[in-house]
Amino acid sequence: MKLIAAMSGGVDSAVAAARAVEAGHEVIGVHLALSANPQKYRSGARGCCTIEDSHDARRAADVIGIPFYIWDMAEEFHDGVVEDFLSEYAQGRTPNPCLRCNEKIKFAAVLDRARAMGFDGVVTGHYARTEITPDGKTLHRAMDISKDQSYVLSVLTVEQIAGAIFPLGDTTKVDIRKEAAERGLAVAEKPDSHDICFVPSGDNAGWLRDRLGSEIGPIVDQSGTKIGEHNGAYTYTIGQRKGLGLTVPTADGSPRFVLKIEPVSNTVVVGSREELAITSMKGERPVWCGPAVSATPTRGFVQIRAHGQALACTYSYDGTLLHATLDEALLGLATGQAMVIYDGDRVVGSATICETN
Amino acid sequence: MSSIYLDHAATTPMLDCAIDAMTTALSKLGNPSSLHTPGRSVRKDIEEAREVIGREVGSLASEIIFTGSGTEANNIALKGLFWKRRTEGRNVVLISAIEHHAIIDPAQWLATHEKAEVIEIPVTVDGVIDCAFVEDFLSKRGDEVALIAVMHSNNETGVLQPILELVKLAGDIPVHCDAVQSFGKVPLSFSELGLTSLTLSAHKIGGPLGIGALVLKRGIEIPALLHGGGQEREIRSGTLNTPSIVAFATAIASHQYQSDAVTQLRDYFISNVHKLLPDAILNGAKSTRLPGIVNFTFPGTQSDTLLLLMDGANVSCSTGSACSAGVHEASHVLLAMGHTEKTAQSSLRFSLGASTTQADIDFALSVLPDVIARGRAANLS
Repeated sequence: MKLIAAMSGGVDSAVAAARAVEAGHEVIGVHLALSANPQKYRSGARGCCTIEDSHDARRAADVIGIPFYIWDMAEEFHDGVVEDFLSEYAQGRTPNPCLRCNEKIKFAAVLDRARAMGFDGVVTGHYARTEITPDGKTLHRAMDISKDQSYVLSVLTVEQIAGAIFPLGDTTKVDIRKEAAERGLAVAEKPDSHDICFVPSGDNAGWLRDRLGSEIGPIVDQSGTKIGEHNGAYTYTIGQRKGLGLTVPTADGSPRFVLKIEPVSNTVVVGSREELAITSMKGERPVWCGPAVSATPTRGFVQIRAHGQALACTYSYDGTLLHATLDEALLGLATGQAMVIYDGDRVVGSATICETN
Repeated sequence: MSSIYLDHAATTPMLDCAIDAMTTALSKLGNPSSLHTPGRSVRKDIEEAREVIGREVGSLASEIIFTGSGTEANNIALKGLFWKRRTEGRNVVLISAIEHHAIIDPAQWLATHEKAEVIEIPVTVDGVIDCAFVEDFLSKRGDEVALIAVMHSNNETGVLQPILELVKLAGDIPVHCDAVQSFGKVPLSFSELGLTSLTLSAHKIGGPLGIGALVLKRGIEIPALLHGGGQEREIRSGTLNTPSIVAFATAIASHQYQSDAVTQLRDYFISNVHKLLPDAILNGAKSTRLPGIVNFTFPGTQSDTLLLLMDGANVSCSTGSACSAGVHEASHVLLAMGHTEKTAQSSLRFSLGASTTQADIDFALSVLPDVIARGRAANLS
């Protein structure tokens, strides 16, 4: 096949590209420039937007022996990922930008462009697997569960999965680093990127405050009584316990948690651990990674964070919303997060959480 | 198959005669500043090369200052002339809007660090500087102008600039001219143009990389950027690079660039592109252009996509503009000619050289329509 390898400049995408070449594919390396001014979003070498990273990607492509180009996706990234991140927070929700990037950039803008140019698909260094089944190509968890990235890929449609190649799904990260060293790739020891690539210093709250302003507002309990103040509701997350700065203690001295963020009134609602517990959730704008979910309640698992646990549940789809009822109560679930349904290790689909109970 | 090279404006193959001259010179011992026999011998080689280049560019041999690149020559001229003239109370640097970054960036540096005021001379839609603007500006603020810098021909479009007219308008104001693309391709005479300084580069004419020259009018003293052994009129210290200088002179003296033949191939290419892709727009079409540079806008495409596809089809060409971290930016040259960001980013530069053949052009023409079609399909934004 003729493939585009998305090369971030990190070790995973470099090995993925090398493996694709070795598998006999015709591969072209492409580094996505996600900021027109590469220093704008981040300085240092941890993210995916620096000049150093594009240089590392180029060197890796040289060593692998494939052509290399840089694609400017700054506008698409800003509009589709950064703006989305800001507007979601401004609405009191907790978005996952990596998921949005896969949905709108890597497997949309890049894959569409690649296909139009005559390529068959896109290779990435994601830790996930695909399988060819009678139902078509399906998406699965990686063998290395600690590195599994199927959660952030759960926004891919069947069409997109068909054009996605994940050569690393059967290997552990430790072995990928070893393999990179054996292949003479200088990025073998490059540290993993952790936080959000466009937020300098990893200070999400500060980054949001700079862009959304910091308007002082009330922190209230479930009865609406004001018990404190905050300086920007969106810097809180559901389930957060620390850093609330509350001066009025509860009667029994038990801790309080953020239950709800109300952006319109700029209010943060807090309550007890019990009040935080939820047993069911609904998600909007579902995406199916295989056959669509039906209205029939089905047993499976739901995961609500990138590296969270798979929670046993019963799920169904009513034609508009994806429902999941948990076997056991869960603490701290924010709307805006993705609910990803698994059937064993197969990704069934995902939706954006819009309601919890 | 080997690729068809249509990026001669970026760099062009080194000529065999230049490789031979350089190889011979590489085994010759001697620092040209040394006073003993081997030193004098390589000094002689350099001075002969200087005379050859002086003859080819219409200057005195003593007006040639060897540098490490065209960029360095431009920096020496801009900063040196500015510093010299600033002491006389002039701080305006007048440059065209379509200069190479090797002029724009030192000018901007002077603005940031040395309080220069940089004024850009606009160009017409055909890519020629607006002489009326210059005349008007000089009539109002001529006594504030430290220097004027306009390129002999543009590196992206090939459009030749009215340097003679500009020098006349400038009167006593020094005019610097970046002639990197024109040298060896079109008639060029430093003395006839009446310039103060001029930049040349060896690797654009079949010489080696890493050697350039500043032609600086006799008697003009400017502050140096590099200080040291006092070589090159104390304007460019550093041990002279004899093998490269010798190869530079050999390349230009060989006259292997046949302007008429290149022009003919260029026109053949242009007329066939128009036939194959009727909506393609030739930039600078109405202007006198260099024999070897063709710049087309292909509406509805993105240059970086086209470049990848052309490369994949074994044709090397260029987007013609600067890269920042490899990210393609809209060409400031095309923007100055009235393009929008979008159309400027839909353009490709093809540049022909002494070694370009009819077969090369036919091959490029054979792949172009499919590349443009795919490029259009991939332009989803």
